[in-house]
Amino acid sequence: MAWLLEILKAAALAVLIFTFLAVVGAMYGVYLERKISGWIQARIGPKHVGPYGLLQTVADTVKLLQKEHITPRRADALIFNTAPLIVAVAALLDWVVIPFGTGFGRVLVVRDINIGVLYFAAMASITVIGILAAGWASNNKYALLGGLRSASQMISYEIPLALGILWVAMIAGTLSTVGIVEAQRGGWFLFKVPPLGLLAAVLFLAAATAEVNRVPFDLPEAESELVAGYFAEYTGMRFALFQLGEYGEMFGMAALASVLFLGGWLEPNLPVWVWAALGVAALATAAYVRFSALRTVYLLRPITALAVLGAVLCGVMILGAVLGRSPVLPSLIWFFAKMFALVFFLMWMRWTYPRLRLDQLLNLSWKVLLPAGLLNLLLTGFLLTVAR
Amino acid sequence: MGELAAFTILSALMLVPAVIVVTSRNIVRSALSLVPTFLGVTGFYIMLHAEYVAGIQVLIYAGAITVLILFVIMLTEGGSGTMVRQVTGQVPLGAMAAIWLAFLILVTLSRTTWPVARGELPSYSVQAIGTAFLTNYVLIFEVTSLVLLISLVGAIVIARREE
Amino acid sequence: MPKVVVDWLYVGVFAAVGIVLTVIPLVVVWLLAPRLSLPQKQLTYESGVIPFGQAWAQFNVRYYLFALIFVVFDVEVIYLYPWAVVFRDLGAFAFYEMLVFLLILFVGLIYAWRKGALEWV
Repeated sequence: MAWLLEILKAAALAVLIFTFLAVVGAMYGVYLERKISGWIQARIGPKHVGPYGLLQTVADTVKLLQKEHITPRRADALIFNTAPLIVAVAALLDWVVIPFGTGFGRVLVVRDINIGVLYFAAMASITVIGILAAGWASNNKYALLGGLRSASQMISYEIPLALGILWVAMIAGTLSTVGIVEAQRGGWFLFKVPPLGLLAAVLFLAAATAEVNRVPFDLPEAESELVAGYFAEYTGMRFALFQLGEYGEMFGMAALASVLFLGGWLEPNLPVWVWAALGVAALATAAYVRFSALRTVYLLRPITALAVLGAVLCGVMILGAVLGRSPVLPSLIWFFAKMFALVFFLMWMRWTYPRLRLDQLLNLSWKVLLPAGLLNLLLTGFLLTVAR
Repeated sequence: MGELAAFTILSALMLVPAVIVVTSRNIVRSALSLVPTFLGVTGFYIMLHAEYVAGIQVLIYAGAITVLILFVIMLTEGGSGTMVRQVTGQVPLGAMAAIWLAFLILVTLSRTTWPVARGELPSYSVQAIGTAFLTNYVLIFEVTSLVLLISLVGAIVIARREE
Repeated sequence: MPKVVVDWLYVGVFAAVGIVLTVIPLVVVWLLAPRLSLPQKQLTYESGVIPFGQAWAQFNVRYYLFALIFVVFDVEVIYLYPWAVVFRDLGAFAFYEMLVFLLILFVGLIYAWRKGALEWV
């Protein structure tokens, strides 16, 4: 009955990962989005519900649970109801291959599938079907238009996404996520083959942002353009499920980017003086903002908090190096730090850039990113085989 | 025993949506029912330990082909998707032919003695597939690129002519 | 059971459990939320205006062209995956083979570009 045991283990892990996604990804992610957008716009964001507004999304979820389910007339009820499930489940399935760290003598990943990154790309393409179904089933021309545009955008960016992943697969020699992280023990792939690693990372991040329909690629679901696009007709909890799917996918893309380019759960192997310099730089930035004219422009509390956190981290690393511990911090911390850093970067981009028009978006993908990705692959292939 | 159970579940996952694809009156619903069928095929590939093929089955069929089909449906007749029933008087005749064919196939399958090969399944890992088409099957590989080019050019020519 | 089968068994269970877990909040809503059926609520949303006309118009062929070019390049990508994994062990000729493959498909991309299949307008 080995298979029964495996099924039970899988079910338990599924519940765990889903809870993680729902709490950290959707709830905490939405809270982070509102807070960070607030800071960037020189305001505070949610602060009333719970300490520092941390329970805001909990309150929102409880509210959404009581909202009525409105199905528009002549909408295809079956497809209308299944579409959010497709998007949410695809986002959940993405997380099967993400390695969280090492512990208890093994790598903490649900399953290290041999074709890990290919599987991830495949799950990302299933989301497109959910979006098309949602747009069509709403019986609303704006939703349908939004759905078609969103689907066109997502499929156009799947190729650059795959090309970014392929570059990493070329360097690592494997498609398994754990293998890719292990191959980065000698240095992050971001810095391998100097400009090409960075190019591949930029390619991947741009494509990932477009896959998750975030600014600057969120025209199909822009509130001011198409009235939230393909989910215009969705109310209450079904809307929340779409958001769960999107935020879960965004966190998944951030996690995969950190696995592919930033070394996953591995600790950065920097000499002591670099840590000292980073810590001093963080504190210096905070001091500069605090004591100069900039203190009237920026919000001080988050900046000082982040700087102090950075300085503490550097201090801990220096202490660890002095004491001779290796690795200094548990791998889970590094994984989450990198993932959240990328999520912060994605949110930062959202509130900084205007959105691209659809034709600009598609031009970028097919005429710039795709040739760049292919050239990247060919150059790297050349450097790794012929030029040896 | 476990394999038989898996086979049955996967077959149900494949065949029921396949029937829906053929008989549904709502064309979008029938297109979306293709997705569980493709996922059932993925399951069969896994049972044969062909992991890479399973992965690309999901990526290409469930991800790309279904999207293409849905786009085409939404382009033609506006995808109103309602009540497009093929009314033919041939349904009873067709059903009889199908049942007779199924009966023939079942009888033939059960009466044949299938030779069973000994040994391990060949490796269908990514490395094995890559090595194969880069060493033994290079010509086929390059011809595939020509096939892709031809299909791309042909589709663009036809689609552009509609404008 | 071989690793492959167990891996994807996990994926299958994840999908099933995921469906159950995403249905649970919907059931909670079905239990908790009011259900007042008014005809105005059933109208499709069009910025406060009563919608008129069918919801579906004849859409442009450009959606189809993009999906088609995507399928061709997706198939190209699935050839790139095994190549990326093994090319280093096979030496220079594997690189040249892939170079030929990619050049042929690059010609296709240039053709699509020049013929305006990649334009949105």
